[in-house]
Amino acid sequence: MKRTTLLLLLLGFGLNQSQAQTVPNPAIDQWWSSPGIVGTALLIALVSLVAIVIIGSRLSALFQGLQNRAESRKKETLKSELVNWEEEDLDWILEKRKAAKKYRLTGTELTGKGNSDDSRGLIAKVTRDPENPLVDEKKRETLRMETPKPLRKLMIWYLGAAVFWLVFGTLVGQYVGMKFIWPEMDQISWLSFGRLRPVHTNTVFWGWASMAMVGLGYFVISRTSNTGIFSYSLAKIAWYLMNSAVVLGNFLLMSGVNNGGGEYREYIWPVALLFASGLILTFFNYYKTVAARKISEIYISNWYLLGGLIWTITLVVIGYLPSFQDGLGETVIQGYYMHQGVGMWFMTFTLGLIYYYLPTSLNKPIYSYSLGVLAFWTQMLFYTLIGTHHFVFSPLPWWLQTVAIVFSAGMFIPVVSGTTNFLMTMKGSWSAISKSYVLPFFLVGVVFYFVGSAQGSLQAFRLTNFIWHFTDFNVAHSHMTMYGIITFILWACMYAILPKVTGKEPPALGVGIHFWLAFVGLFAYMISLMTGGTQRGLSWIEGESFINSVILMQPFWVWRAIGGSMMFVSHLIFAYNFYEMAKKEKPLPHKIPAPLSSVHA
Amino acid sequence: MFDFHKNHKLLVATSFLGFAMLSTVIAVIPALQMQEVKPLPGMEELNSEELKGLQVYVSENCMACHTQQVRNIEMDQVWGERPSLASDYYYSKQRMDLWRQSPSLLGSERTGPDLTEVGKRQPGKEWHLLHLYNPRIAVKESVMPSYPWLFEEKSKAMVTQKDVVVPVSAELLKNPDHQLVAKPEALALVAYLQSLIQAELGQDLGPDFIPSTRKKQEPASGAESLGLDGLQLYSETCSACHQPSGDGIPGAFPSLAGSEIVNDPDPSILIQIILSGYDARPEFGAMPEFGSLLSDEEIAAIATHERSSWGNQAPVVTPDQVAEIRKFVLNQ
Repeated sequence: MKRTTLLLLLLGFGLNQSQAQTVPNPAIDQWWSSPGIVGTALLIALVSLVAIVIIGSRLSALFQGLQNRAESRKKETLKSELVNWEEEDLDWILEKRKAAKKYRLTGTELTGKGNSDDSRGLIAKVTRDPENPLVDEKKRETLRMETPKPLRKLMIWYLGAAVFWLVFGTLVGQYVGMKFIWPEMDQISWLSFGRLRPVHTNTVFWGWASMAMVGLGYFVISRTSNTGIFSYSLAKIAWYLMNSAVVLGNFLLMSGVNNGGGEYREYIWPVALLFASGLILTFFNYYKTVAARKISEIYISNWYLLGGLIWTITLVVIGYLPSFQDGLGETVIQGYYMHQGVGMWFMTFTLGLIYYYLPTSLNKPIYSYSLGVLAFWTQMLFYTLIGTHHFVFSPLPWWLQTVAIVFSAGMFIPVVSGTTNFLMTMKGSWSAISKSYVLPFFLVGVVFYFVGSAQGSLQAFRLTNFIWHFTDFNVAHSHMTMYGIITFILWACMYAILPKVTGKEPPALGVGIHFWLAFVGLFAYMISLMTGGTQRGLSWIEGESFINSVILMQPFWVWRAIGGSMMFVSHLIFAYNFYEMAKKEKPLPHKIPAPLSSVHA
Repeated sequence: MFDFHKNHKLLVATSFLGFAMLSTVIAVIPALQMQEVKPLPGMEELNSEELKGLQVYVSENCMACHTQQVRNIEMDQVWGERPSLASDYYYSKQRMDLWRQSPSLLGSERTGPDLTEVGKRQPGKEWHLLHLYNPRIAVKESVMPSYPWLFEEKSKAMVTQKDVVVPVSAELLKNPDHQLVAKPEALALVAYLQSLIQAELGQDLGPDFIPSTRKKQEPASGAESLGLDGLQLYSETCSACHQPSGDGIPGAFPSLAGSEIVNDPDPSILIQIILSGYDARPEFGAMPEFGSLLSDEEIAAIATHERSSWGNQAPVVTPDQVAEIRKFVLNQ
C-alpha cells in the first residue's frame, strides 16, 4: 500500500481528474503505518528528544565527568615530573614556597605613606554567592558594539512595536482559544470568534513577526555592508505605514469589514496597500544600503533579506489584483498567497537573520556559504509551487494538486541544507548552550525548522490529507512553524543583539522563565491539537456523526488553552525583559567627580 | 557572469524574475483558467436577499469554521450528493464590491460542519434563526458563537405584522416580557443558508467519489433491516429540532415523547406529517416536508424508531404503509 501511495505521488503528475479517480483510497485500516504518519511521529519524537537533551545539558553531569578526567591527568603528569627531579632542586623550591607562604602585604604597597583621597578603594564589592541561586549563571555580554545612535533608536522602535503586537496578538489568540471551552464568554459582536480569529493571525503576522524581522534586518544590512543605513527617515515612514495598517486592519475586521475571509488576506486592499507601501520603502532602503556596501561581496544574509522583500511585494500585488479572483480563481490565488506569505516572507527573511545572528552569537563563521546559496535558490523554486497543497481533493485541477504535493516533498532539499548548515555551525559549541541564554532559543528554532517543515511536507501527501485536513492538526502545524521556528528565532536574535547595542542585559531569571514557559506551552499546544486532530479525522472517516467529533475535541481544546496560557504569560515576561534591555540609560547616581586640580589643592 | 555574490542588481533582478515567472505559471495562469468555467444548467443566480446574506456570512467570517467543499473522497459523501465542481461557485464567488473581493468560501477548517448542502439538511427557517440566536438551544454540545446582535428584543406591543418573531423561551431573553425579533441581517443570512443546495446533475455526469477500501458491512437480509438504522436516520434528519431526547425545544419544536400523534396505533397522520410537513400549530415552528428527501424505507425506519423510543409504545411502521400514504398525498 505504501508503494501504491508513492507511485500515485510520482505518476499522478499530469494525470487528469477522471484518470485519477480509478485509484482507490489507501487503506485507512492501517493509517498508523503510512509513511506520512510514521514520519510525523518520528519527527515529533525527534523534537522531544532535543528537549530532553537540553535538560540533560543543564544537569551538566557530562561536564563534571570531563573535568574530573582532566584533573586526574594533570595529577599523573605532576607525579611523573616529581619523581625525575633532583633533591637539591626540590629543597630550593620548598624554601621558596615557605617564604612565599609567610609573606604578607603591608597595605602600603600602592599608596606609599601618603593619605588616599578615594574612600572606595579598588574593589567595591566582593561576593562569593551566585547572583541568583535558582538558575544557572549566564555569561555576561562583554562586547558592546559601537552602533550609530539613529540605528539603535530605529531598532528599538521596530522591536518595541513588535513586542507590543506580540502581547496584543497572543492575548487575542488566548481569548479566542478559550471560546472553544466557553462559547458564551461574551455576547459582543466585535469580540465574536469569527471576527477575532483573523485579528489574532494578522496581528502576529504583520505586527509581531514582520516588525521584528524588519528591525533586526536593519542591523544586519548595515553591519554586513559595513556602511550606514541609506535613509533613517524612510525607515520611520515605513514604520508608520506598516503599524497603521495593522491598527486599521484590526479595527475594520472587528467592526465586520472583511476582505473575503481568505487566510492572511482578510485586510481589505486599502489597508494592504499601506502595508505594501511600507514593504516597498523598506526594500528600497535595504537595497540602497547594500548597493553602497564597502566590501565587494554581498553577505548571504542579505540575499535572503532582499529576496524575501522583493518576493513578498510581488506576492501581495498578485494576491490583491482583482482580474483573476472570481470563482475558483480566487481559490488558486488563496493557496498560493497563504503559503507564500509564510514561505517567502517569514521563512526566507528569518533564515537571512539566522545566517547573521547565529554565527555572531557563537563567534565563528557560518559552516558553508554554498549550502546557504543552494537553499536560497531551492527555496524560491520549490516553495513557490506548493500552495495548492492546502486544497488537496478540492475541485481545483488535479495536476495542480499533484505538482504541489511533489514539490512539497522537494522542500526537503532547502530544509535539510539549511538545518545542516546551522547545526554544523553550532557543532563544537554545544557546551556554550548551557552558558548562554541566546543559544537555547536558536537550537529550538533550528530543530523546529527541520521538524516543522518536514512535517509540513508529509502533511501534504494525499493519505495524510484524508486524516488531517480540516482538523485542528493544521492549527497545530501553523503554531509549530510560526511559533516554533519564526518566533523562537526572532527571540534568539533579539536577545543576541539588544544587549550588544544598548549595553543592558535582561535578567537571567526572566529569560529562563520566558524560554521554559514558551517551550513547554508550545508542546502542550501542539501535542494536544495533533492528537485531537488525528482522532477527529479518524472519526470522520468512520462516518460517525459530526457532533461526536466536536465532543471528542473538548479535552484537547482545554489542553490547548492551558498551553496557550503558558505561552501568553511567557510573552509578558519577554516584554519585561525587552524593557530591561531597551530602557533609557539612567543618569549616573554619583556626582561628577571633582576635577583633578582640586585633588592637589 | 553569475556573480550574484558581488552584483546586487543581478541578484535582485534574477530572484524577482524567477519568482514572478514561477508565480505566473503556478498561480496566475491556473487562476485565469479557473475563471473560464460556466455555471451548471440548473443553477440559479443568488437573489438580492441571498447576496445580502452572503455578505453577513463574510462579515462574521463564518469561513473560519465552516467549509463549503465536498471533496472527491468517500468520507465527504455525508456533505453532498456529489463532489463539488468549479461551476458550483460561479455565482457565489464573485467580487463583492469595490472594497472586498470574492469570498473565500471553500475554507480550510471544519470546526463546524460543511455547509454545501445545509439548505437541504436544515430546511426550516425557525431552526436556523433559533440556532443563530443561540446554537446551544438546538445543539447542546455546539461550540459555535451566538449571534444575538442579529436579533432584537421588542415589547409585545411594538411587534408588528411584518416582524419575524423567533420562538425562543422567555428565560433566555433579557426581558422575559419581550419577544425576540429577527433583524433583516439574520433573515438575509438564513435566506443565504437555505439557498445552499447542490445543483442537480444528471446521473453519471458528475465526477464520482474516490471509493474507500474500507470493508462495508454486509446488510443483513430482511425487510426490517435494509441496513437502515432508525436511530442513525433520526439523528441525521430529525434530532436537530426534535432533539436526541425526543423532547423537542419548548416554544419552538414539539416533543415527540408521549405525543398522541406519534403513539397513535394508526400511523397515517405521523407518516403524512413526515411526508408533507406541518404548520398547523402557531405556537411551534413550521416543519418542512421530507417526502422528496427520504425513501419509504427510511421514513418507515424513522417512524418505527420514534414509536419505540423515549417511553413511546406503538406498533412498527412498514415501508408499504408509507408507500400507501405517499400515493394518497400525491393524489391530493
